[in-house]
Amino acid sequence: MSLTRREFIKFTGLGLAASSLGMLGFGASGEAQAAAVRPFKLTHATETRNTCTYCSVACGILIYSMGDRAKNARSNIIHIEGDPDHPVNRGTLCPKGSALLDVVHAPTRLKAPRYRPPGGTEFKEVSWDFALDRIARLMKDERDKHFTARNAAGTTVNRWTSVGMLAASASSSETAYLTWKVARSLGMVVFDNQARV
Amino acid sequence: MTNTWQDIRNANLVIVMGGNAAEAHPCGFKWVIEAKIENGAKLVVVDPRFTRTASVADYYAPIRPGTDIAFLSGVMRYLLEKDAIQHEYVRAYTNASLIVKDGFGFQDGLFSGYSEETRSYDKSSWDYELDEQGYAKSDDTWQHPRCVINLLRQHVARYTPETVSRICGTPQDKFLHICELIAATAAPDKAMTSLFALGWTQHSVGAQNIRSMAMIQLLLGNIGVAGGGMNALRGHSNIQGLTDVGLLSNQMPGYLNLPLDKETSFDEYMRTKQFKPLRPGQISYWQNTRKFVVSLQKALWGDAATKDNDWCYDWLPKLDVPLYDIIRAFEMMNNGQMGGYICQGFNPLQAFPDRGKIRRGLSKLKFLVTMDPLDTETSRFWQDFGPQNPADSAAIQTEVFQLPTTCFAEENGSLVNSARWLQWHWKAADAPGEAQSDIWIMAGLFHRLRELYRKEGGAFPDPILNLTWKYTDPVDPDPEELAKEMNGRALADLEDPATKAVVTKAGTLLDGFAQLRDDGSTASGCWIFSGCFTEKGNQMARRDATDPREQGIAPNWAWAWPANRRILYNRASADLDGKPWNPAKPVIAWNGSKWVGIDVPDYTPTTKPSDSVGPFIMNAEGMGRLFARDMMAEGPFPEHYEPLESPVENVLHPKVSHNPVARVFDDDRAAFGSPKNFPYVATTYRLTEHFHFWTKHALINAILQPEEFVEIGEALAREKGIAQGGWVKVSSKRGVVVCKAYVTKRIKPLTVDGRPTHVVGVPLHWGFTGQARKGYGANTLTPSVGDANTQTPEFKAFLVNVEKTSAPMTA
Repeated sequence: MSLTRREFIKFTGLGLAASSLGMLGFGASGEAQAAAVRPFKLTHATETRNTCTYCSVACGILIYSMGDRAKNARSNIIHIEGDPDHPVNRGTLCPKGSALLDVVHAPTRLKAPRYRPPGGTEFKEVSWDFALDRIARLMKDERDKHFTARNAAGTTVNRWTSVGMLAASASSSETAYLTWKVARSLGMVVFDNQARV
Repeated sequence: MTNTWQDIRNANLVIVMGGNAAEAHPCGFKWVIEAKIENGAKLVVVDPRFTRTASVADYYAPIRPGTDIAFLSGVMRYLLEKDAIQHEYVRAYTNASLIVKDGFGFQDGLFSGYSEETRSYDKSSWDYELDEQGYAKSDDTWQHPRCVINLLRQHVARYTPETVSRICGTPQDKFLHICELIAATAAPDKAMTSLFALGWTQHSVGAQNIRSMAMIQLLLGNIGVAGGGMNALRGHSNIQGLTDVGLLSNQMPGYLNLPLDKETSFDEYMRTKQFKPLRPGQISYWQNTRKFVVSLQKALWGDAATKDNDWCYDWLPKLDVPLYDIIRAFEMMNNGQMGGYICQGFNPLQAFPDRGKIRRGLSKLKFLVTMDPLDTETSRFWQDFGPQNPADSAAIQTEVFQLPTTCFAEENGSLVNSARWLQWHWKAADAPGEAQSDIWIMAGLFHRLRELYRKEGGAFPDPILNLTWKYTDPVDPDPEELAKEMNGRALADLEDPATKAVVTKAGTLLDGFAQLRDDGSTASGCWIFSGCFTEKGNQMARRDATDPREQGIAPNWAWAWPANRRILYNRASADLDGKPWNPAKPVIAWNGSKWVGIDVPDYTPTTKPSDSVGPFIMNAEGMGRLFARDMMAEGPFPEHYEPLESPVENVLHPKVSHNPVARVFDDDRAAFGSPKNFPYVATTYRLTEHFHFWTKHALINAILQPEEFVEIGEALAREKGIAQGGWVKVSSKRGVVVCKAYVTKRIKPLTVDGRPTHVVGVPLHWGFTGQARKGYGANTLTPSVGDANTQTPEFKAFLVNVEKTSAPMTA
């Protein structure tokens, strides 16, 4: 019988739930062991392939979540481990990657847009519409006031320097591309990402 | 990286200098251990500290921060003097034989063409002498005094072992032993790999640090081969991808340059980008630039981009300065020249130098927007957190928006790893609360702005109103659709120029960038990614880990740019006849009719070796450059310049002590300290338990490394009466950090120019949000000056003072 590691885990988990390790040929000792071992919890979790969010080794990871992706079921991530099939990390993770679950569920994960008015001493929660409407208004007013269509020599330059943007280093390339499109269509040039550091 | 992570296993020598892979890239570093065990490789580490990488090294040598060019120039001198170079490779694949113009020179620390007034060079003399046909003249007997190899020999002659030791503080015997180990890889079947990271980039001479090692690798014939290469170990999961897609002040997707003011029309922009081959028969692939740019413009503006309007060339912003980099951005903010700033997954209050200046700059903004999964320091710069973030909230008029975003586990998309692999990942769960993806947020902002411009008009609305947005769900574009847009598709039926037969139907996704046209019949948002999402499906999602020769190339795992090539310049892995230099580890080989092997060749597989097409297809001469022509700000050869804050004068040329073309703003210069008040050299770094300022939000990591500290050597601790774990005040001209001292044997004083020099290590992970204890942040101390080419800040060499102090009062 040829099994990958994950298939083995699934198989043994199911086997334990059904009867015993006996079916794998471990005999009586297997049965005794099976009685003492709890079913492998992850067999009932949904497995998702992903990439560690930290450095550029880009270790493959497996994310396990409760919920079967049905429309009304909310997934909850319960475990993250290295992907044994990944050609670079081959299942291993470092002290940062091993603790990914803690950053996914960090108490300081942000859950709602927040706003701090000029001179304010506290953040207050606001709606997305309030935040995005207000930001768009501020950006347009700045752009209309400070956009440089032509330089002193009369050359068309269409640049905007009074509002800048720093882009994420852990966002996807697809996010990056959309961000680039939006920023450059506005004429933004004060625009960089973490690679500048 | 030119090579892959697993390819490190093929090295005979691994040199880690300018990085600490065992701590910062642990799972990639395992391939170094594999090389040691399976390939008998030696590991050499050169670092100011005896790092965790050094602890498993075969040989370690210390070096003073900021002196790598002196060390590496000394290595080049040694290789040339001992004739330990791979002759055939150097002669055929590098520009060693090409003849440089008569006017080129170097004297007293300056190359020809320097202007004191503008602190920059007229680089016209930094080029080859051309013949009547416009090709570079060559002398492959190497007799001509101005052929590159002889100029290089002359340039590095000053870097004797004595001088190297005097500048770097590295004992001569250790330096020479490392030279010997490196020289052994000049054998055609031996390879050295260079693994480096921010330990090389974060200097005022960062780009030249890396060039120095690249030159060594060319001299040794170690580029393009298995187990060789220049391997930049990139720090963040998609920092490679964001660079590739051009999210940098002066960039467009695929390493195309944003236009400059002086490029007043598309033809004028293209005039300097013809890249006519400088040697007969060379590919000079950038000759295709027009196809890449026109296809980008078609992706951005669709039908609005036509031949008659120069493909909307004027809709792109133009630059009046080389870079609006981040150091300049905060200078502008402090001068009141900026109204707003958007930080998407970026925490500049922690990440950028001279924290006080960053905080003052943010305080002058009208508005600040942060988009992040975590509660960052930047989003709370206006709030008083005591000495770690003193702020008078009522006096700060900045409106602040803190927008919650998804994290990696909550989205689909691709990330580009250090080895240029585009790997797709899948969403596992929804984000907490009302958090949204960056794509949704950017789309939301864009739609609101577009609507405002439709209703109200305003400054030049055309590029906004016409931006292509043909997504199935315009409110939340699907990452797959965006990936396809980058990959590119045919906009009309594409004909074979010879047969006129339709080879690609309109609407079809392209197989690769070779299909791009400059007549508006193709669109591609990022030409180097073309091939990542074809009619065959999402190539980035491929998961076949088969490694044909068990040689570290899994060609069907994900997809690598360019063209799924895993080792760049792999043509150089074979000799002039197409036979692999190292028969035990071939990458590609000529079989008599085509190139075959485990990787995608640099050029058309039927290109005969006898055609002498060089491996370095992006260079107009087809060769690797020992002489950089006009590509670098400070000169075509690297030269040792002291960091802007240095304990000593430059012993080679005291009048030109520092990088003569470093851009320094006046207020930043005023904030540089002198060795009289700040006698110790400091350097910043990561710990293996933390990732920048993110993991202090994760409980396990916060427990593993809970509080801010600095590392100092035993000698300095004794001198200053500092006990293990005792409190210290670390100060620079720019600020003060109060934290505990870790007294270590890992840092020893170096003898620099006859004087003992202490090094202070400053790990950078703590701030005032998250679960770890509050810290001041290493950037409280660091100077605001960058590399002259890239403006990457000089975090790795600056001056501090250290004093014993008492424990701070706690509430």
